Amino acid sequence: MIVQDAKGSRHATTTSRPDFQIIAKTLDQAKHEELAMELTINDTSYEVQSDGETPLLWVIRDELGLTGTKFGCGLAQCGACSVLVDGVVTRSCVTPLASVVGGRITTIEAIEEDEIGKRVVEAWVDHQVPQCGYCQSGQVMAATSLLKENANPNDDEIAAAMTNLCRCGTYNAISAAIRDLAGETKEG
Amino acid sequence: MLDTKNLERGDLASPTPTNISRRGFLLATAGVTAGALVLSVGLPAAPARAQQAGMAPGTRVPAFLEIRPDNTIRFLSPFNEGGQGIFTAMAQIVGEELDADPAAFLVENAPAGEDYKVMGAPFGRVTGGSMSVRSSFDVMRRLGALARQMLLQAAASRLEVPLGELATEPGQVVHAASGRKVSYGDLSETAMDLPVPDPDSVTLKKQEDFSWIGKPVARLDVRDKSTGRAVYAIDVKVDGMLHAAVQHAPRLGLTAGHIRNEDTVRGMTGVHSVHTLDGAVAVVAERWWNAKRAVEALQVEWSDPGAQGTDKRYMPADFSTAAFRERLANEPGEGKVAEEEGDAASVLQKAENVVEATYFSQFLHHAQLEPPSTVARFNDDGTLDIWLPNQAPEQFQANIAKVAGIEAAKVNVHSPILGGFFGRHFLYPEANPYPQAIKLARDVGRPVKVIWSREEEFLRDPMRPMAAVRMRASLDEQGMPQALDIVSACEGPTEAVFGHNPDKVDPTAVEGLTGKAYAIPNRRISQIYVKNHTTIAYWRSVGNSMNDFLYEAFLDELADKGNIDPLELRMRLLKGNQRLSTLLQHVVDLSGGWKRGPFDAEDGTKRARGIAMASPFGSHTAAIAEVSIREGQVVVHDIWESIDPGSIVNPAIIGAQINSAAALGTSQALLEDTVYEKGEPQARNYDLYPILRPDQMPRVHVGIVESGEKMGGIGEPGLPAVPPAITNAVSHLTGKRVRSMPLSKLTFDA
Repeated sequence: MIVQDAKGSRHATTTSRPDFQIIAKTLDQAKHEELAMELTINDTSYEVQSDGETPLLWVIRDELGLTGTKFGCGLAQCGACSVLVDGVVTRSCVTPLASVVGGRITTIEAIEEDEIGKRVVEAWVDHQVPQCGYCQSGQVMAATSLLKENANPNDDEIAAAMTNLCRCGTYNAISAAIRDLAGETKEG
Repeated sequence: MLDTKNLERGDLASPTPTNISRRGFLLATAGVTAGALVLSVGLPAAPARAQQAGMAPGTRVPAFLEIRPDNTIRFLSPFNEGGQGIFTAMAQIVGEELDADPAAFLVENAPAGEDYKVMGAPFGRVTGGSMSVRSSFDVMRRLGALARQMLLQAAASRLEVPLGELATEPGQVVHAASGRKVSYGDLSETAMDLPVPDPDSVTLKKQEDFSWIGKPVARLDVRDKSTGRAVYAIDVKVDGMLHAAVQHAPRLGLTAGHIRNEDTVRGMTGVHSVHTLDGAVAVVAERWWNAKRAVEALQVEWSDPGAQGTDKRYMPADFSTAAFRERLANEPGEGKVAEEEGDAASVLQKAENVVEATYFSQFLHHAQLEPPSTVARFNDDGTLDIWLPNQAPEQFQANIAKVAGIEAAKVNVHSPILGGFFGRHFLYPEANPYPQAIKLARDVGRPVKVIWSREEEFLRDPMRPMAAVRMRASLDEQGMPQALDIVSACEGPTEAVFGHNPDKVDPTAVEGLTGKAYAIPNRRISQIYVKNHTTIAYWRSVGNSMNDFLYEAFLDELADKGNIDPLELRMRLLKGNQRLSTLLQHVVDLSGGWKRGPFDAEDGTKRARGIAMASPFGSHTAAIAEVSIREGQVVVHDIWESIDPGSIVNPAIIGAQINSAAALGTSQALLEDTVYEKGEPQARNYDLYPILRPDQMPRVHVGIVESGEKMGGIGEPGLPAVPPAITNAVSHLTGKRVRSMPLSKLTFDA
């Protein structure tokens, strides 16, 4: 007989932790509570039923039905789940729902409502960036966040900000698209 | 802007949904807001009309094409889109002969059906082997031409003029004499009711008249994929659906026994039910996160019945990849011959200058970003609708029917676009979630979506084979290879999936060791079959993904031993082979001339370049890589790669595919290795199984040589030459011979 606690096994084999900060605001209050929480996504308010520990990703996908944000790893490794929280790129697969109540969340579905996001999408089309496309929602969110923070990133800044994984290897097209946008800003 | 009203509208209300990835403008016309699930009621996918008996696959026009009143063209593709650009290529090819702009096409993967087996025997229809375009090019052109002919016939009746007076412009029929024009959309209703003409009655265009084939036409799916609108299997939702997560047995062959805390888990938030499956346990819940959290909490007593002596694989508790590698390296025997020329054995026996080495390939994960999922729904009429990522709808349909215990005709297979595949989504024993989804949907009496977490995926992902390859070669007095003996101890993916034939070599185990064009007069290439405990799969470029590394790296070793420059050696071995000599020179020119190094780069690093070639899937490639060492680890700066696929459909997509294949080849060479200890994989996610990161991506420079030879593949051929180009550069730069991957497991000084 072998007894395995799957969770224990995960901890044994998967050691690294997310390398970015989780915004923790009201986590303690909302923990385990099945209270309706109000969430602002794409400028619309939603009352959501998921408990406060549920990762934002699954609230967005399963409860609200916004499936443009993708599940890839659940460990903040790949970035397919990237959304903007108050304009800053955030990996929603490890972001508890309770920590973003009161924040302003933007998902890929509303990216073209954002002036910078719209330009990122156009650059993605111009450079024919996506292949399978599965990581690209997250890539577009990460690029939008970068350009919001730094309108004119140099190559090192692009490399430092764009860390989402792409198994199709569209990395060169992604950086070319962002370089174009940075150039635009320079001229404008 | 999204609101809940639109979300509801996006939900499925229809009893017969078809999952469709549409382009933006169609979404707009359908009134469905971006982000809502795109599921349409769909017109009959196959063919209520124009039924003609005995038509060859790929000729029944209405089974493939629907031209709408707004002149958009819905095309059901025999091949699935997973990033390789096939939907766009199909629109170019069909559009060329139909005389319709590829940009007007909405392409989806066709359902299972005889009409779509356009590849002929033995494959019928698979998306794989870099075969889609080259296997169907003529059939799909003819299909477009037949459709155009039907539109012309309909226009002749409508305008009451002889067909001979009509011509077409993109999207419309033109009667020049009267100046009248009728759009395809207006004619389609009538045209699609006409019998399909004899396929031999239509004439195809001459190459010099092509408007779209051979041009860098923009991909059809790029905007949807940049805005989150593209719908993958994991996104599919049907009415009344429950979600399921699984915990697989830690080793293949174990079965679930008592669950110690089943009652507690049943009481967890959102849990619907707890289930025991074949080699797994599952929790069904209203939401997937609740199912996942609950299933991971289950304390299962797994029982180990030992190997059952069946076809099913069994993973012993003491299995390790390190020990298996040793076993392969020392497996006795000379193997079964896959390719033989001259008399390698006696030349080697008499030779004075013999080079001998053992090379290794490693197990690899597909690591496609979209985790496997399946939605299963039993309908009141006894049919089963099933949505799942797959590369072979008819094969899946047959197996799903077996698993569900119903006729194949009652299984409606929906094949959404793939979030990466690289060989992952063929039928593999133990490696597809559909049997779980079918059982759970039946048990709970509601539709169920199973999603495998990344951890469960890496536990069941079948892998690219490991091989230990014993190389022996002799050099003549000029340092040229005279004899080559290669024995590969390996289980090939085809024999792993479809069964081993003891009388035959699995060609997919040795491709890339065999079929090399180099003029080495005495050769013996053989395979020793060693069955794996792990499951084995096709992985982008299959046997070539490892074998061209093994061969081309050893070839550099021979060049060094014979004191001949590796480019010079290849040129000499290809003497008289115009096509490959041209290709090799092409990549050298692309890189600014051969410069092996080591040399000092402007940034102060010491660098070297390596070169390699491969001839996979009917195409030929040559690659040069430039590397340096940083803190003991290899950095790949640039890859120059030239490909000769004979003739081409879309040079922009070829450029993207070479970039993509170079990325995966670099990832394999630098980073990837699936390690098992005590019967279990040590990495269950990307943290411990790293794949290429953006900051590790080399610049890629692509050259295309269109020799006009028979058309070859595109999706995979770019990969195999890349790992050996990298390792050959590293061997030269460091003086340390690289005979295995990944390079991250080795340390270098430079």
